[in-house]
Amino acid sequence: MAKRQFKIWRGNKNGGEFANYQTEIEPGMVVLDAIHSIQAESAGDLAVRWNCKAGKCGSCSMEINGKPRLSCMTRMNSLPANETVTLQPLKTFPVIKDLVTDVSWNYRQKEKIQPLKPKPRDADGNYRMMQEDVDRIQEFRKCIECFLCQDVCHVLRDQDQANNFVGPRFMIYLASLEMHPLDTADRIPTIRKEFGSGLCNITRCCTEVCPEHINITDNGIIPLKERVVDRFYDPVMWVKRKFFGV
Amino acid sequence: MIPLSEILTYEHDVIVVGAGGAGLRAAIECCKQGMNTGVVCKSLLGKAHTVMAEGGMAAAMGNVDARDNWKVHFRDTMRGGKFMNQWRMAELHAREAPDRVRELEEWGAVFDRTKEGLISQRNFGGHRYPRLAHVGDRTGLELIRTLQDYAIHQGMKVYMECTALDLLKDGDRITGLVGYFRETGRFVVFKANAVIFATGGAGKAWKITSNSWEYTGDGYGMAYTAGAELMDMEFTQFHPTGMVWPPSVRGILVTEGVRGDGGILLNNKGERFMFKYVPPKFAAETADTVEEGNRWLEGDKAARRPPELLTRDVVARAITAEVNAGRGSAHGGALLDIASRRPADVIRKKLPSMYHQFKELGELDITKEPMEVGPTLHYFMGGIRVDHDTQQSTVPGLFACGECSAGMHGANRLGGNSLSDLLVFGRLAGLGASEYSKSIGKKSVTDEKQVLSIIRSATDILNLDKGTNPYLVHEDLQNVMQRYVGIVRSADELQTAKNELERIKKDVALVKSDGASQYNAGWHKALDLRNLLISAEAVTKAAEMRTESRGGHTRIDFEGEREECAKYNIVVKKGEQGMEVRKVERREPPETLKKIAYAKIEDLEREGV
Ligand SMILES: Cc1cc2nc3c(=O)[nH]c(=O)nc-3n(C[C@H](O)[C@H](O)[C@H](O)COP(=O)(O)OP(=O)(O)OC[C@H]3O[C@@H](n4cnc5c(N)ncnc54)[C@H](O)[C@@H]3O)c2cc1C
Ligand code: SF4
Ligand code: SF4
Ligand code: FES
Repeated sequence: MAKRQFKIWRGNKNGGEFANYQTEIEPGMVVLDAIHSIQAESAGDLAVRWNCKAGKCGSCSMEINGKPRLSCMTRMNSLPANETVTLQPLKTFPVIKDLVTDVSWNYRQKEKIQPLKPKPRDADGNYRMMQEDVDRIQEFRKCIECFLCQDVCHVLRDQDQANNFVGPRFMIYLASLEMHPLDTADRIPTIRKEFGSGLCNITRCCTEVCPEHINITDNGIIPLKERVVDRFYDPVMWVKRKFFGV
Repeated sequence: MIPLSEILTYEHDVIVVGAGGAGLRAAIECCKQGMNTGVVCKSLLGKAHTVMAEGGMAAAMGNVDARDNWKVHFRDTMRGGKFMNQWRMAELHAREAPDRVRELEEWGAVFDRTKEGLISQRNFGGHRYPRLAHVGDRTGLELIRTLQDYAIHQGMKVYMECTALDLLKDGDRITGLVGYFRETGRFVVFKANAVIFATGGAGKAWKITSNSWEYTGDGYGMAYTAGAELMDMEFTQFHPTGMVWPPSVRGILVTEGVRGDGGILLNNKGERFMFKYVPPKFAAETADTVEEGNRWLEGDKAARRPPELLTRDVVARAITAEVNAGRGSAHGGALLDIASRRPADVIRKKLPSMYHQFKELGELDITKEPMEVGPTLHYFMGGIRVDHDTQQSTVPGLFACGECSAGMHGANRLGGNSLSDLLVFGRLAGLGASEYSKSIGKKSVTDEKQVLSIIRSATDILNLDKGTNPYLVHEDLQNVMQRYVGIVRSADELQTAKNELERIKKDVALVKSDGASQYNAGWHKALDLRNLLISAEAVTKAAEMRTESRGGHTRIDFEGEREECAKYNIVVKKGEQGMEVRKVERREPPETLKKIAYAKIEDLEREGV
């Protein structure tokens, strides 16, 4: 098979630059395989975060030719054949080294969210929930916390609103708690105030990049916004409802 | 060298190494017992190997088939383990698993439901009844996310992307450990009364494996170095269905759920070959015609289960035999067909990740075409030898649970019995370690010499002028294990493996990595090599000593199970002259358990719980 050219960002929080590499590509290889070959052949200390190499853990997120993607699920033959492949770290989060970013901000967001508060069990010690009633939160629970949606959301990426908006990942986390049949807590006030649901203006960029194909915006964020609207006032939802009948 | 006072130091009552299902469940229990608890893990929280588990967790809740109860589960586990399991552990597991699953649900897990709204359960190899609580084919994710989201509110401190290097001791007992933060390369000392290992297996010693990079046998290596005993290391599970094509995904798992949901195995002649490979012991409980297998799939309770659902060791050997006889698929595997058995929408609903995985990585639509599959190294039944009830190892203060511990699964693990194992024994290890920590009282001082010597051997790798390439040494080791300590073993090959490992040992001693210690992949790999090598050597030597074929250990020169070999487990320990291997006699089981394990299935069903 052919040799392919790569441009990989090397550096740390103090700065860095792209370096050129090349490696032999075999059939079926994904971008992460190519990175591993480059590590073994010419860049032993190249930093990349990965774990399962099967699209299940959400560790290997990076920007491939400018698009946020999982490197273990991006096949080499899906990228334009004659072009150099450009690899760089997620832009929204601070770089640690090379392709690895500091995503700890996301972990702090989750800690702020009130956990599940389950109702008591039935007399026989079981809980009863119907499949139809859990289908929608099972969709949210497919999330592998790859934070690609966080990376792409312009509220976090360009507007620097990290203090005011938890981002799409945690909007659907909130949705999965709010719609959980066993839950008895009320997070609606915090969803608006602390977690900034009003800042999302439904561009759907998050939904587009989600490798789990979770319909983040339509199934998660919009219903949450509706719940907020029912109790408070949300300008974006108000406009949508009035003019587009969402 | 830096003085001890300048090394970052944290103090906890209990330190848990590992944040997979076992580690998180153990840490939660420690918090519940009032312990000041720390968790150390190599990757980010929620990314541990457990996240990959697919099919489900086994617990005899009887939601789908009311005939199920803990005794049947216990019997299945012992039979699946070829009676090499520690009886008490298999008992505890079968009894407690249902409560642990319900508890998980209370903490937020959303399992697939039955029509009545209860937790649904699916069929799996070796389990008599539908027993696996599951969420599609992403049960591991559900398990780890639920524990993670619960754990972060219990008051534990989590040290992410921090790798433990070695344990610290005061005389016999454990006093903590030394590690380094991957992000900065900075060393750290954790002082603790008790350490719980939940570090998982060592599949990365093989070339074809379903395991992630984390599986370098760190727990085995560190425990062994600290003087703890390892047991049953010869029992390595080759999962029958890993992907075989394209080459870059070789080994990635295809869940047993495919067969549980009706998938069948074919050779290149289109024959459903598993009917030819039913061991006598299982013949009475296995369908003998295609027609009966089909009736079972349709839910006929009188029909027996199809042979594709025999235990993993049996299926893996059958596929190997078919391939060796020239009846393999294009790339040297068997064909796993679900497309002709179930409608496309059912397949997509029940096996979404498999659908996705083949579509994205193999460019194959499993609702239309069969998958090519072959054996892949998947699981270590063996590991750190522990006390049944407290999970304490043979070194005071060191506890172990989950895949890195030994005893629960014997010679072969049943699918789904690992996730439930993590919960049951994670909790028990948490209880055991907390109890122990309380009994110790005040913490002891850390020995500066030990700390510095651990740090020095780690930094030497960076300071060498020249040396071997860690990536190539690792590849070398993987090739040796794949070739000589594979699914079928022989005395000659094991001898060759031992010689090769001695050669590789020399390369490991000279390994060098470039660059600085900050997030340096080459350095990390170099540091993993010692533990991989200890694990590989332990497997090889134990495999040499066990002169029979049983479960995950197959010897071409000693076919079949041998009565006299059932009397002992093999234990590995560090000695004056290197690794010592010996047989330890198995204790007679209590009569009550023996009766259950050998009972006729009808009697157990009738008895109920
Ligand atoms: C693809 C796949 C599918 C599977 N499907 C199923 C299934 O359906 N049902 C089932 O029951 N079982 C299944 N298994 C098996 C099961 O998933 C594992 O046995 C189980 O998850 C192991 O869990 P654990 O908690 O012991 O370890 P892990 O989840 O592997 O966690 C190990 C932890 O230890 C940490 N660690 C390791 N070394 C160090 C170190 N030196 N310093 C710091 N931290 C360290 C790691 O970072 C990690 O956090 C599957 C396995 C695979 C690979
Ligand atoms: S839809 Fe909302 S959350 Fe998603 S990317 Fe757009 S603004 Fe961000
Ligand atoms: S919602 Fe999708 S994109 Fe966002 S973190 Fe989860 S899996 Fe990733
Ligand atoms: S490595 Fe796990 S998602 Fe890519």
